[in-house]
Amino acid sequence: MKGTAKTVNDTGNSSMVRARGLCRHYGRDASLVRAVDHVDLDVTPGETLAIMGPSGCGKSTLLHLLGGLDRPTAGELWLAGQRLDQMSERSMAALRRHTVGFVFQAFHLMDELTVVENVELPLLLAGRSPRGSRRRATDLIDQVGLADRARHLPSQLSGGQRQRVAIARALANEPLVVLADEPTGNLDSEATLDVLRLLEGLHEAGQTIVIVTHDSRIAATADRLISMRDGAFVDDTRLTGGTGITGSDDQLGALAGLTPEDA
Amino acid sequence: MQQEVVLAMLAKEPSHGYELRARLRHALGPVGEALNDGQVYVTLARLEKAGQVTSEQLHGQSEKSDRRVYALTAAGQERVANWLAEVSWPRPDLAEFHLKLIAAAAAGLADPIAIVDAQRRELLRRLREAQRAAMAEPDRSDAGLLLEGIVLRLQADLRWLEACERSWTGRKASGTTSTR
Repeated sequence: MKGTAKTVNDTGNSSMVRARGLCRHYGRDASLVRAVDHVDLDVTPGETLAIMGPSGCGKSTLLHLLGGLDRPTAGELWLAGQRLDQMSERSMAALRRHTVGFVFQAFHLMDELTVVENVELPLLLAGRSPRGSRRRATDLIDQVGLADRARHLPSQLSGGQRQRVAIARALANEPLVVLADEPTGNLDSEATLDVLRLLEGLHEAGQTIVIVTHDSRIAATADRLISMRDGAFVDDTRLTGGTGITGSDDQLGALAGLTPEDA
Repeated sequence: MQQEVVLAMLAKEPSHGYELRARLRHALGPVGEALNDGQVYVTLARLEKAGQVTSEQLHGQSEKSDRRVYALTAAGQERVANWLAEVSWPRPDLAEFHLKLIAAAAAGLADPIAIVDAQRRELLRRLREAQRAAMAEPDRSDAGLLLEGIVLRLQADLRWLEACERSWTGRKASGTTSTR
């Protein structure tokens, strides 16, 4: 870490997430594991970024670092201009509550709390009034299309519905960044589509989203896709905008076999 | 037999026709059983006429086309390079893509993993488009069902690309770039 003028200027950069030389290593010597190895990353506000890679490539570890759930062993990390890698445990906890919304593969809902109680929990923890919390939680549940399930327990919901509750909860404190780890990993095709629609809506509303996934459907909703292997980025590509290879108008038709073109 | 495939199989070194056939048989396994051996020679003759391949009859050997040694011309090399760089879909010709990776690695002309990455980018763009269209459909619409089919096919292709990536990454790590 250099306290140079350049570093100070870097923090003034407009990235929502910014990492330089970010590392998370485990063990030492022969058993050293470089889960995340010298990663440079910039996520611009409003961008949906997908990170894909084989299991064990370090993508979940990276997501945990970005959200302050884990600490880097080296490198610099900023979230909305705040330097994370040097932050105290206490500030980090506050940041996790206010700045970041997490969505996990296994939903991580509290089984003994109802849907609305799950969603209002982070609001109460952040110091909102019970009444204000309940109102906001109810709105969010409405937004994810579960208004009629607000009093249900998670065990009474399908997987897709549970994940929608988890997304509502992640949004409770209006996070600057939503971090999602395999959000459709446990869902069937139809439930996946519901979650995709929800994420797409968030994206259109300008939410910054970073998704780690195996699921190409989720990755395809992103503006940008990073491929990760052995702790490092190996490909970084923009999915928006045409390629000039095929006219996009007839592309769907061609994919369905409607306009057979001769090779 | 697709002309580009035959050309690319020659990119590593000049070869006899029977060597080409053996390489194809090895690369395709049971998938290539339907291939007629004569097809390779028909393709080679066409390529020679087009100036992309030259052939030489080795001393003291019979006139059979099997005994000739075929080599790429500059025009042939250029065509191979273009083919390797080209991203072709939505009519997924799996065998063609597979042979492209094998030929690229054997001749050292391109990194198979870079070819896989380029293909994946293209498929993801198409998946993105199909999926956005699917999401815009009301639940259980007829069009939505068709779009779901497109999405599932693209996903299957993408999963196969993952398998290609794993396989070629492994070969690279162990230093074996050829399957022979």
